[in-house]
Amino acid sequence: MNDMDDVVNEFLVESYENLDRLDTDLVSLEENPTERAKLASIFRTIHTIKGTCGFLGFGKLERVAHVGESLLSKLRDGELTLDSDITSGLLAMVDAVRKMLGHIEQSRSEGDEDYAALIEQLTKLSGRSAASASPAGAVPAALPNAEHKAPPPAPPASLGDVLLNTGAVSPKEIDMAVAKQLAGDPLRIGELLVEQGSITHDTIRDALKKQQETHPTSVADSSIRVDVGLLDKLMNLVGELVLARNQILQHNARQGDNAYSATSQRLNLITTELQESVMKTRMQPIGNIWSKLPRVVRDLARQCGKEIRIEMEGKDTELDKTIIEAIKDPLTHIVRNSVDHGVEAPEVRAAKGKPREGVLFLRAFHEGGQVNIEIHDDGAGIDADRVKKKAIEKGLITAEQSARMSEREAINLIFLPGFSTAQRVSNVSGRGVGMDVVKTNIEKIGGQVDLQNHAGQGMTIKIKIPLTLAIIPALLVTTQGQRYAIPQVSLLELVRLEGSDARKGIEFIHGAPVYRLRGNLLPLVHLTKELGLARDVWRPVGDDESVNIVVLQADGRPFGLVVEAINDTEEIVVKPLGKQLKGLPVYAGATIMGDGRVALILDVLGIAQRANVVSQVADHKLAEAKREDAADADAKQSLLVFLAGKDGRMAVPLSAVARLEEFQTSTIELSGDQEVVQYRDRIMPLVRLSRFFGRASETESESIVQVVVYTRGERSIGLVVDRILDIVEESLRVRRKLQARGTLGSAVVQGKVTDLLDAQAVIGEVDPTFFEDLVAA
Amino acid sequence: MASVQQYCTFQLDDLYFGVEVQKVQEVLRYQEMTVAPLAHEVVSGLINLRGQIVTAIDLRRRLELAPREAERLPMNVVLRTDDGAISLLVDEIGDVVEVEDSLFETPPETLTGVARTLVAGVYKLEQRLLLILDTERTVDLSPVAAD
Repeated sequence: MNDMDDVVNEFLVESYENLDRLDTDLVSLEENPTERAKLASIFRTIHTIKGTCGFLGFGKLERVAHVGESLLSKLRDGELTLDSDITSGLLAMVDAVRKMLGHIEQSRSEGDEDYAALIEQLTKLSGRSAASASPAGAVPAALPNAEHKAPPPAPPASLGDVLLNTGAVSPKEIDMAVAKQLAGDPLRIGELLVEQGSITHDTIRDALKKQQETHPTSVADSSIRVDVGLLDKLMNLVGELVLARNQILQHNARQGDNAYSATSQRLNLITTELQESVMKTRMQPIGNIWSKLPRVVRDLARQCGKEIRIEMEGKDTELDKTIIEAIKDPLTHIVRNSVDHGVEAPEVRAAKGKPREGVLFLRAFHEGGQVNIEIHDDGAGIDADRVKKKAIEKGLITAEQSARMSEREAINLIFLPGFSTAQRVSNVSGRGVGMDVVKTNIEKIGGQVDLQNHAGQGMTIKIKIPLTLAIIPALLVTTQGQRYAIPQVSLLELVRLEGSDARKGIEFIHGAPVYRLRGNLLPLVHLTKELGLARDVWRPVGDDESVNIVVLQADGRPFGLVVEAINDTEEIVVKPLGKQLKGLPVYAGATIMGDGRVALILDVLGIAQRANVVSQVADHKLAEAKREDAADADAKQSLLVFLAGKDGRMAVPLSAVARLEEFQTSTIELSGDQEVVQYRDRIMPLVRLSRFFGRASETESESIVQVVVYTRGERSIGLVVDRILDIVEESLRVRRKLQARGTLGSAVVQGKVTDLLDAQAVIGEVDPTFFEDLVAA
Repeated sequence: MASVQQYCTFQLDDLYFGVEVQKVQEVLRYQEMTVAPLAHEVVSGLINLRGQIVTAIDLRRRLELAPREAERLPMNVVLRTDDGAISLLVDEIGDVVEVEDSLFETPPETLTGVARTLVAGVYKLEQRLLLILDTERTVDLSPVAAD
């Protein structure tokens, strides 16, 4: 079905409904002719029909509706009083309109009837003044005439006609069969024809099929309009059902009853299917909001003197109605932005060797339970330097910060409040509503915005939004014996620290706990503390204890939420909180768990704000810029960070290290004064770095030693360290050239002063020949 | 005949309270609750009332009475409000009583503190006094009303 058909069908469904109401309205109006509200409603209905059919090109229908409308407008304005004549005239008009709609539905044309008499009739009625209203009955005489002219709306073609048209039978044969029917034969026409031997069963079957096709079910029959409120209620009920289902499944797990288990499995399937179906009723294709964009782009492009074509892919991608509403404005804004700032003027494009006409490409698709929307333009993209300059001008960042910013960070500056890159403030975009609003609005519905810049080639804005808001996947965690749900959209990963990791993994920067997640400091927030349930939460962790870190993202900033236990993921139904709890930003709502108890849903952003993980947007951008300070200056390299003796924090480039090993202290033997171990069928000398640097060792007495192994050819040498701390990706900038024995100087690694081990020198003291080939070369 | 009002009554410490019958949705025995950390101190938690999430307010704490003995489980008087159902935690639930308007009197001036705002009036029954709770103010925890 093409687009026009859709429009016509919508028009038909709507008009049919309105006409049905019109009939009753008109009749009741006749009894109370002065009821203004009803008159106005009737007027609107006819007006709408008139307007729409003018647009769709149904001229005849428009003319009929038009006279009706003018008559109604006089009634509405009090120039005429409704009497039975006028009512009859209006009803006749309604009938005529209905007839034409019937034709339009079947054949996409208004039919051949002539409504001139009716039009004249209505014109005459509206021409009368209220005072000279003729006595009832004088005019309606003409009406039956008008009605008779119009044959009943396209009766279904009879089987006989169909057969005749296809040439399967002759008129004579039909007549014979009809004669038999008239004579009282109970058989149907088709059966009679077969009996007569005129045709075969197959022909009849084909003809019947044809008859069906030419008379399809009416549009109004196959679709109904439902109040959104009812759908919301339905959705709520399904939510309840999902909860009840979860409870039954949980109960089922404890029972051994096969029949019960089978039934609950079936209930599970049906519920899931029902949930999907109900969710579908609220779904609308994204095309509904996209359809307005071509016009927006066209008008805007003209205004800016640009040539832009819009292309769309995935118009049928469906989204929940509430989400559709929520993304309408942000989407329009992005498109306007692309047209205004993104795509260049035709001359500029031509000069760059691009086609004069720019292309704006919209794409929508489902992926992993989310909807992805991409808006791509082939314009100039974002000039990171210009963005930086602008941000400095606006006082959003300092020049120093801008110098340290990566291109990606710079581009993300456009999401800061109060930013607009347009060199001149046009009346198109950049009128106070910036990209920050777009971002906030999309994040409000649990979505994410990402920007990909291809300088000179255009840019792509990627939006990820959840399918629906009512039922969401969530991670359940426990703290102080209570369960809390964390929406999965903000979840990045889960980290579990056990044993010594748990003890040593959490470090403190002036009291602020952090964890090193792959070389980056992850600020830690303790749920128990943030909820005010306990104050002193960062107590030392025992050996058999573990630390659970839920790595979350709030406002683009990762942080670790420490919880007592991580339970499971579950589909939860979001329920609102009462007035008494609404003011608390740490909760996004509540849900009911499988066991019937209530669990609060945490608002990740609210918690992050409470814990000061995210503060003012600008601040945090600056902090981020600072954090990655050195990172952009030099190429990163992997460093092995370890302790050599108490407080002897040292690092070596990982690339020079052959292996990391652990040996039982009992396997260490002495060869002369030299400690050695048997390693890969050879004897490997060990150097205790703590002794080398003359520092006290805390771990010398432990039963296991950690060893950094250097290998050259077949020879290996092991450097015994107190503890291997981490492997970090960091650029190395030697800050202090300290020429202490065995070190290359010191640098700041992960924010701590760290000595760089001169492995060559250390090893050279034990085995001067180890690096001989190197020295020679 | 003097006009008569119906009140749903309950016991709170040694006080006898009443709430207009029309405002009461139902009364329930003790329900398991989920604590809502950081919430107002009078909020005891959240109750699952047939799939609906209902906030439970500890009326003892609301009226600044001594806390309930630990082993004594409170009962729920669920009120109908514009903002959905809200439960008041009380000690014991009593009968629905009919009282004559003529027995009503506004609280004495000597009644001060939070009770002054929350007690709308008193019915002088033969045996004891029935305190009428102003439910709107009771469930309104915004800072101004809480004072």
